[in-house]
Amino acid sequence: MDFQLLDLYTLAPEIFLLMGVSVILLLDLFISEKRRNVTFFLSLIVLIITSILPWLFYDAEPRVIMNGLIVSDALGAALKSFLCVLIAVGLVYSKNYLLPRGLHRGEYFSLTLFAALGMMVMISSNHFLSLYLGLELLSLSLYAMVALQRDSGRSSEAAIKYFILGAIASGMLLYGMSMIYGATGNLNIEAIVFAILTGDADSTLLRLGVVFLIVGIGFKLGAVPFHMWVPDVYQGSPTSVTLLIGTAPKIAAFAFVLRLLAEALGHPSLHQDWSQMLTVLAVASLVIGNVVAIAQTNFKRMLAYSTIAHMGFLLVGFMTGSITGYSASLFYVLTYVLMALGGFGVILLLARDGFEAEELSDLSGLSQSNPWCAFLLMIILFSMAGIPPTVGFWAKLFVIQAIVDLGYVGLAVLAVMASLVGAFYYLRVVKIMYFDANESSDATVTYRTGLAIFGVNGLLLLGLGLFPGWLLSLCESLIESSVRTF
Amino acid sequence: MLTNVIGSLSLIVWLPIAFGILVLVFGGEGRERISKWLSLLGAVLGALVVIPLWLQFDRSEVAFQFVEFSPWVDTFNINYHLGIDGISLILILLNVVTTIFVVVAGWEVITKRVSHYHAAFLILSGMINGVFCSLDAMLFYVFFEATLIPMFLIIGVWGGPNRVYAAVKFFLYTLAGSLLTLVALIYLYRLSGGSFSISDFYATSIPESAQVMIFLALFAAFAVKIPMWPVHTWLPDAHVEAPTGGSVVLAAVMLKLGGYGFLRLSLPIVPDAAQQLAPFVIALSLIAIVYIGFVALIQKDMKKLIAYSSISHMGFVTLGIFIFNAEGMQGAIIQMVSHGFISAALFLCVGVLYDRLHSREISDYGGVVNSMPIFAALFLVFAMANAGLPGTSGFVGEFLVIMGAMASNFWFAFAAAMTLILGAAYTLWMYKRVVFGDVGSEQVAGLKDVNAREFTMLLVLALVVIGVGLYPKPFTDVIGVSVSTILELASVTKY
Repeated sequence: MDFQLLDLYTLAPEIFLLMGVSVILLLDLFISEKRRNVTFFLSLIVLIITSILPWLFYDAEPRVIMNGLIVSDALGAALKSFLCVLIAVGLVYSKNYLLPRGLHRGEYFSLTLFAALGMMVMISSNHFLSLYLGLELLSLSLYAMVALQRDSGRSSEAAIKYFILGAIASGMLLYGMSMIYGATGNLNIEAIVFAILTGDADSTLLRLGVVFLIVGIGFKLGAVPFHMWVPDVYQGSPTSVTLLIGTAPKIAAFAFVLRLLAEALGHPSLHQDWSQMLTVLAVASLVIGNVVAIAQTNFKRMLAYSTIAHMGFLLVGFMTGSITGYSASLFYVLTYVLMALGGFGVILLLARDGFEAEELSDLSGLSQSNPWCAFLLMIILFSMAGIPPTVGFWAKLFVIQAIVDLGYVGLAVLAVMASLVGAFYYLRVVKIMYFDANESSDATVTYRTGLAIFGVNGLLLLGLGLFPGWLLSLCESLIESSVRTF
Repeated sequence: MLTNVIGSLSLIVWLPIAFGILVLVFGGEGRERISKWLSLLGAVLGALVVIPLWLQFDRSEVAFQFVEFSPWVDTFNINYHLGIDGISLILILLNVVTTIFVVVAGWEVITKRVSHYHAAFLILSGMINGVFCSLDAMLFYVFFEATLIPMFLIIGVWGGPNRVYAAVKFFLYTLAGSLLTLVALIYLYRLSGGSFSISDFYATSIPESAQVMIFLALFAAFAVKIPMWPVHTWLPDAHVEAPTGGSVVLAAVMLKLGGYGFLRLSLPIVPDAAQQLAPFVIALSLIAIVYIGFVALIQKDMKKLIAYSSISHMGFVTLGIFIFNAEGMQGAIIQMVSHGFISAALFLCVGVLYDRLHSREISDYGGVVNSMPIFAALFLVFAMANAGLPGTSGFVGEFLVIMGAMASNFWFAFAAAMTLILGAAYTLWMYKRVVFGDVGSEQVAGLKDVNAREFTMLLVLALVVIGVGLYPKPFTDVIGVSVSTILELASVTKY
């Protein structure tokens, strides 16, 4: 458990990222507005290198380092690597969006990288303290990024809302953590597990702590009834920031929930409690998210409600507390962020100077003005709706399979009925793109790199839909090798 | 041979899809000719590759033939498992032939986004073949669901004025049905001890209460698809708004997915529940046959009339399936195929008229025979076949079903036979009002008779309809063994 110099190698990705972001922060002070591309590309390079590093120093068996603060395992390496690629792709999508809006600035890039760092710390935490530190680093970066467009009223409103609700959620989390500390006398995950196993922990206090943790998690994931911030923040933020909020943090949140609930508090007696709470959150999210999304006219806001519904699905897989369920949830979150990436990416691509392309009506007749974009967006939407042969179908199937395995047939029926409601609003977007007359005459995308990335993104969803097997096996082996279940 | 590299069933499934993608890639704006010829080539090749299958198919073999197997999703034991029996084969044949007609039917008529139109149909055709070939329940489900996407676009992009409503209704109705099936299949996976293979499902013993639930869940999907009264309301809307090609595929092939589902999944997997609930299904079928027949009688729109006639005819199919005897089931299958050709032909006939006058209202026509004599003659063949005239394919199926019904219950047969009168009434009355009588208007008087393309299309269909009517033996031979296998499976108790 004690500190060894060699352990620093395991932390190479985080250390490199921190060094990189410091360099970018300093360098940005000395370069002129015209050469801002330098920091942009430097950020990309840092992210790409960081995405490779975890693979060089990861441990096949979970290994706890840094006095029990950090755990190094295959799951962490995979998630960190994927996360960095995701953020890099998000930056590429955003490039042409940032320029005319005055967001193409050093602050933007360094905040993005700080957020990435926070997420990476969250992913490999083995201690409530580091878990919380990572979460706050992520959250604070995101608060600032939402407000980065200073003169936009909506952005400022969203940022305030995000900040206040986020702070409440953090408070809840801390309160819960402190109760668990009170019950077990420790913040280290293994020590907590040990205390629970030996029966030293006060079970009432533990349960109370779990309740507060669930509230905090609900806030961070945006699950009903703690979802109020999601639509406003998604709509109010600059789209490139929405893309960031809507993708990578979901993966970090998954790891967060996994570490907190599955690893620290996964004892069958506690699992019984939190799985019930998660089920309530999941059902409420599935129903409210899907139903309210129908009423939206703003594409970003619609995707926000769709996120809530998708998080519901994620929680459904999670509440099982089984390896199959966790693997299904991991599969779900990995594929969902790819869909969200494409969904927000297309808004970024279609946006021009002074035109945000974020209303649903802005997409009307897209299939005529830009057939390729429309086709790819259709794949993404059908994937979100869970229609085969896209990967979204498999994601939902695996989750449902995991719960039917445990005998929750009623919940499975509810989940598929909710996705039926969901299919309606996704179909409506397809309808707007394909059946409606072309109103926004010009939907040409001049940004070729973005278009190419979008093509890869969309076809990836189709490709994964045709060959989902390997990804699922990968998810399962990652969960099996890394999650220390009871 | 190509079949050494890729299995012959895979070829049947993926060839049309590959051509669909080619059409999308090469047939952009301004290259309509390329996309049309390319899709015709794809459709014809897609049909040609079925011929060796038809010839090599062993008609006395009980097991599935031309089986292909490779793992797909290892974790859940989902496999790319293809294979056919006689019922699949006959429906695949129907599908590939229909695809050619669809491509030809849209030749001059479709001017908007030609390549997308044809590509959608080719991809749809491949997926439907996939449904008929699948021996893995999840593969079946993937193909079954995936067919919704192209059809949704076909109705929505190339359809009539109320197309959006029809397309969304079509999609959500069928999706609602099939999602319950998904849960049932996953539940079966659990019961069968971790397999999605349909043959393993056949061998799984299932408790009685679970059987009923599974039956109802499967029923939800297939009853909507086929469609049965009272979940049929999407069909008239979809038919009326879809372009001619869409209506043809919908009536000729997509409805059969429901009947096929009953035969392949419902009956053999949950035989006890199927037996137990058969009276309920038969009651719904008889309501469809008689009541929908009356509804068809009062329609003013030709397409709607044919749509209701389809529902009524599909009532025969479900009746034939659920009376559990060989005549009934054979009749049901022959009825599916025959209805495929007849309804396709009728929709093409309406399409021919619609392309000229842009109206489907019966009252806008009258005396068409004066300006279009050849068309009137061909139309008559199909109208008669739809009414079940002996010597046409329509008769064979209905006759067999009524015979089967007679063996099980006189009143079933009586009610079913009623429709022979009703069917004749609504079809011939429509025919009379459209074709005979005084010339309705100047436009009707100025109608041009069918051109070579339309003539060939309708003539071939007429020959098929009469051919099957006079000599159905090749078809009954192909399905004979499969029917007795399914009946055998359906008669086993598997509590």
